[in-house]
Amino acid sequence: MKIGVVTFPGTLDDRDAARAVRHAGGEAVSLWHNDADLHGVDAVILPGGFSYGDYLRCGAISRFSPVMEPIIDAANGGMPLLGICNGFQVLAEAHLIPGALTRNHELHFLCRDQKLTIENTNTAWTSSFTQGQEILIPLKNGEGAYMCDDETLAMLEGEGRIIARYVGENPNGSRNLIAGITNERGNVVGLMPHPEHAIDSLTGPSADGLAFFTSVLKAMVK
Amino acid sequence: MAKIVVDVMLKPEILDPQGKAVAAALPRLGFTFAKDVRQGKRFEIEVDGEPTAAQLAEVEKAAEKLLSNPVIENFTVRVEK
Repeated sequence: MKIGVVTFPGTLDDRDAARAVRHAGGEAVSLWHNDADLHGVDAVILPGGFSYGDYLRCGAISRFSPVMEPIIDAANGGMPLLGICNGFQVLAEAHLIPGALTRNHELHFLCRDQKLTIENTNTAWTSSFTQGQEILIPLKNGEGAYMCDDETLAMLEGEGRIIARYVGENPNGSRNLIAGITNERGNVVGLMPHPEHAIDSLTGPSADGLAFFTSVLKAMVK
Repeated sequence: MAKIVVDVMLKPEILDPQGKAVAAALPRLGFTFAKDVRQGKRFEIEVDGEPTAAQLAEVEKAAEKLLSNPVIENFTVRVEK
């Protein structure tokens, strides 16, 4: 199973995302922002970082890079697509998921280990978790506050499309403690915290993040 | 030379932490006039000669597609002498 990991100018976490894919038993394929070819991958990860220096708005420039065109087409056709942190911002800018990510409410850049609960295990990226499972993975962002209008929020809640929520105090001002959401079909997931930094206890606070990557491999075998 | 100005502001219902930080800093400097501050972005676009109606229509499209995110922001387009 081939999983593409996109590198934009300013991406930081592509190496860790590729490592997480390999650790889960998949083959990681590097995809370059300026190459509109997905090289036969079965799924794609948009990793974290500061693509294009976060100029204009986080993810706004990346969203129009050549590689995004086939990714958007494939995702609309059901290909699993995970956006982590900056990748989540790119998904929002591409309108593959509703809402937007804005400046943390206290303005501080956060970098810490964060507890989450997994609230939807029916997506391509969360099926290896159990409903309500509590996990610990790093959170590091400056613009991680999930915002949407009341109608969208009610829709996300009503359809169970919030896949993960922060536990405890709201770290960044996200509405309803939202850490991650999915699209209607469940193949596209946006997540603010970083599962790729928590795949073994030697390098991360836990191995909890690995299940995102084993989930998609399982989903593709089906 | 005339230029096309696009102002982009967060929608009123979206929290603006940067504006809030500025509003909190003003009274510390003795400026007590501000009830609230909202921070936005301004784009100055130069074109050859006077902007045409067609160019302004194109700028509107670009403002909606790239310069602003309609989910959280509003924009205005105008010509400034």
